Amino acid sequence: MNFLPPDFTPAYSEIFLLIMVCVIMLADLATGEKKRYITYYLAQVALIGCGLLTFVSFSTETIYTFSGMFVDDSMADILKIMVYVTVSAVLIYSYTYVSERGILTGEFFSLILFATLGMMVMISASHFLTLYIGLELLSLSLYALVALRRDSFAATEAAMKFFVLGALASGFLLYGMSMVYGATGSLHILNISEAIQDGVGNHEVLVIGLVFIVAGISFKLSAAPFHMWAPDVYEGAPTAITLFIGSAPKLAAFAFVMRLLIEGMGAMVADWQGMLVILAVLSMAIGNIVAIAQTNIKRMLAYSTISHMGFLILGFISADWNGYSASLFYVITYVLMTLGIFAMIMILSRSGFEAEKISDFKGLNKRNAWYALMTMILMFSLAGIPPMVGFYAKLAVLQAVVNAGFVWLAVAAVIFSLIGAFYYLRIVKFMYFDAPETEEPLTVKGDVKLLISANCLAVLVLGIFPQSLMGLSLYAIQNSM
Amino acid sequence: MLFGFPLLSLIIWLPILVGIAILATGGDRNAQLARWIALTGSILGFLIALPLYTGFDPATSAMQFVENHVWFERLNVYYHIGVDGISMPLILLNCFTTPLVVIAGWRVIQERVSQYMGAFLIMSGIVNGVFASMDAVLFYVFWEASLIPMFLIIGIWGGPNRVYAAIKFFLYTLLGSLLMLIAFIYLYQSSGGSFSIIDYHQLPIPLSAQILIFVAFLLAFAVKVPMWPVHTWLPDAHVEAPTGGSVVLAAIMLKLGGYGFLRFSLPIAPDASHYLAEMMIALSLVAVVYIGLVALMQADMKKLIAYSSIAHMGFVTLGLFLFNAYGIEGAMVQMISHGFISGAMFLCVGVLYDRLHSRQIADYGGVVNKMPAFAAFFMLFAMANAGLPGTSGFVGEFMVIMGAVKVNFWYAFLAATTLIFGAAYTLWMYKRVIFGAVASPAVEGLRDLSKREFALLAILAIAVLWLGVYPFPLTDVMHVTVDNLLDHISNSKL
Repeated sequence: MNFLPPDFTPAYSEIFLLIMVCVIMLADLATGEKKRYITYYLAQVALIGCGLLTFVSFSTETIYTFSGMFVDDSMADILKIMVYVTVSAVLIYSYTYVSERGILTGEFFSLILFATLGMMVMISASHFLTLYIGLELLSLSLYALVALRRDSFAATEAAMKFFVLGALASGFLLYGMSMVYGATGSLHILNISEAIQDGVGNHEVLVIGLVFIVAGISFKLSAAPFHMWAPDVYEGAPTAITLFIGSAPKLAAFAFVMRLLIEGMGAMVADWQGMLVILAVLSMAIGNIVAIAQTNIKRMLAYSTISHMGFLILGFISADWNGYSASLFYVITYVLMTLGIFAMIMILSRSGFEAEKISDFKGLNKRNAWYALMTMILMFSLAGIPPMVGFYAKLAVLQAVVNAGFVWLAVAAVIFSLIGAFYYLRIVKFMYFDAPETEEPLTVKGDVKLLISANCLAVLVLGIFPQSLMGLSLYAIQNSM
Repeated sequence: MLFGFPLLSLIIWLPILVGIAILATGGDRNAQLARWIALTGSILGFLIALPLYTGFDPATSAMQFVENHVWFERLNVYYHIGVDGISMPLILLNCFTTPLVVIAGWRVIQERVSQYMGAFLIMSGIVNGVFASMDAVLFYVFWEASLIPMFLIIGIWGGPNRVYAAIKFFLYTLLGSLLMLIAFIYLYQSSGGSFSIIDYHQLPIPLSAQILIFVAFLLAFAVKVPMWPVHTWLPDAHVEAPTGGSVVLAAIMLKLGGYGFLRFSLPIAPDASHYLAEMMIALSLVAVVYIGLVALMQADMKKLIAYSSIAHMGFVTLGLFLFNAYGIEGAMVQMISHGFISGAMFLCVGVLYDRLHSRQIADYGGVVNKMPAFAAFFMLFAMANAGLPGTSGFVGEFMVIMGAVKVNFWYAFLAATTLIFGAAYTLWMYKRVIFGAVASPAVEGLRDLSKREFALLAILAIAVLWLGVYPFPLTDVMHVTVDNLLDHISNSKL
């Protein structure tokens, strides 16, 4: 029997990253505590290398490899590049914070890169097993990252909670997948899609499988009512890790939904549409209402994430390329805003002091007008006020929802976002209307200063010129479907 | 049209860019620089807006000074701006008010001067954008963006209860506008993918949908106007805002609501407008009569003027839903005139507040003995506020009442009570503050107007008298547009 090696080209960036992680782990052993910056630079090099590889091999058509278990299409490439940029920004933002807290270890970098690899695999999966492997690689790295501060009670508790619930969700997901496998006889996403379209397999079994899959998905998205882990993990984890959990994995989660639900089970839209409506409304309601009561900024942002995930799901509900591209646009802008706001929290934190309370933003305008302005841009963007980019994300999603005939859903969404506006405004209020509790000036490293300004200004500039990013998300979806 | 020169864009973006430049001057060490840039920028903004008037062709109702570029294709959104006889006077009013506000804050604002001046300049540009937008998304962007600087102005430089007022102001207006957004998206769907306001004007819509659209618009615009019963944010916002903020709120922000009715509600949902006209008229009359009575009982001067603003804006909404030329032109004149008068009234209160740090009527008395020039100006504006013939306040109210008589005598009768209530609350306040014996040692120590304040009030006095005696230049430019609008709304769109 002839053994034909698979085509490795579509997976070059994943392979490169895997090699680099191994190199980094070994190099870190050799360099030691004093020269940890070498590990940091190596990690950045790995991400840049991945970026170049993905960029050079940017695929305008869909290529399958590894017996159809791995796919490379425009959506995958665009999402991966977003992931590299996000992770790279995470590393820049968290360097000082992490080193001041003594968790600037080799593991920090290798775990983050392993998680990145997991996301890449998820994004490119065209097989249930590939998808699951990617997901687990991501999740396990995240559990370990949350627990990186071993001496912190809160972090350990958060990690434990995250792990137990995450494992449960993975179990749900696997169970659902096995149901689908039972009904269709395949784990290949393409074959499943065809089988469902042809009416192969027992519909009831498929629906039961679907329910479990949707539950698993909403856990990973932290959509209500599977959101309970998010506030605890966001609060308990070191802010740098929260920044990571809150940003890049959302891109992977978007791909996850696209691959599983849209590509795999798109023919069952009538079945999952209703479930998503419930998830979306619950997430927006719980996220926005509970966020008002929070005094801890990280918890508040966790609830804000939940509500934003509700909006993200709205885009899927419309079940057409219009809605999917709106969701993609939403998730990209959301990641941009999340990066900015958690970076801002880290800027406010000093060694020995954690900016945890919302009131830590008090009087920021007096302490540093520039950062206050940047945070204000982020807050108005999160609240969906034009001319920030968050508005266009909401506009695109709402347009898709109305287009699909769910006007009432759009009305509900805007009412919840009105409620949401209150707690974003409250931060602006603290920054601008209140007197500072401490006069201590903010010390920020040059690269962070530059990046945070670029990050926040991007939120504004993309809001004034949303054409490019909107076009990109549209292209990614249309070219991959 | 000046050889394709993007005049309108310049009018929108120049103040915004100047505002950003002012912000860049940084802390209070450069306060004087910030003030001068703001003054130059705002006067320049007014000067470049003048060609809008001189170059305006009053014989057509079509959009003029049009610029139309693709903004983003994904949703078919255009950077489409233009003015007609309705929006042009409002843009001029806004550009006229900005320098006054800058001068009014010259001495009073000592903290974070650059942010204060920058916020006003940026807001001035944004408001011009609202009036000039011919694309629904563009309009919405400017509309919402105008909330941000006003929110900060109230919240940072306002009075003791400023945080409450700022958040109330923001959330109230946001509630209305979000539903308007849904209406826009619905119109986008039913027009086959267009956000052009002019397309919406021609779009046939069934009555049930028209009513829903009308209600969505109503919430957005009624909050801004503000109409009874969603007016409660206004007294809070006005009282807590710094003088400049109150002036802009009263003179400009409230006009956004009236303008919205003219540009959106009436032409897009004409059948619903007719269908719901009686409700609108009833709400307007409640504002005129009930709020007039409320104003009578206020102990705080700013609150009193805020309530009188609501009553006067009730005239505007009343005029709009009479569906005749007197009514709509009267509403327009009333909007412009209210811009001058309420601005002037708030500046007058500001003059007193700067000296005594009190807005309570009871803390004053006998001011005329110490500030005769001020008392004279205040008298003029108070009379204008009460609708004395010869001042601009009379023209608009008279036209609206004329329009109301044509529709129903009792509408006119109720509306005309404002001439009594208006005179009562304004002049009674005037009497208690200005006349009588000198009330306290603090009043005894008052100084009369400075040159800066004198100039400020003199400019407004000229405007009020000019519009009162000779309103033709204003009615002339809007006449054709209003006729066309009336013609448009008399045709059913079902």
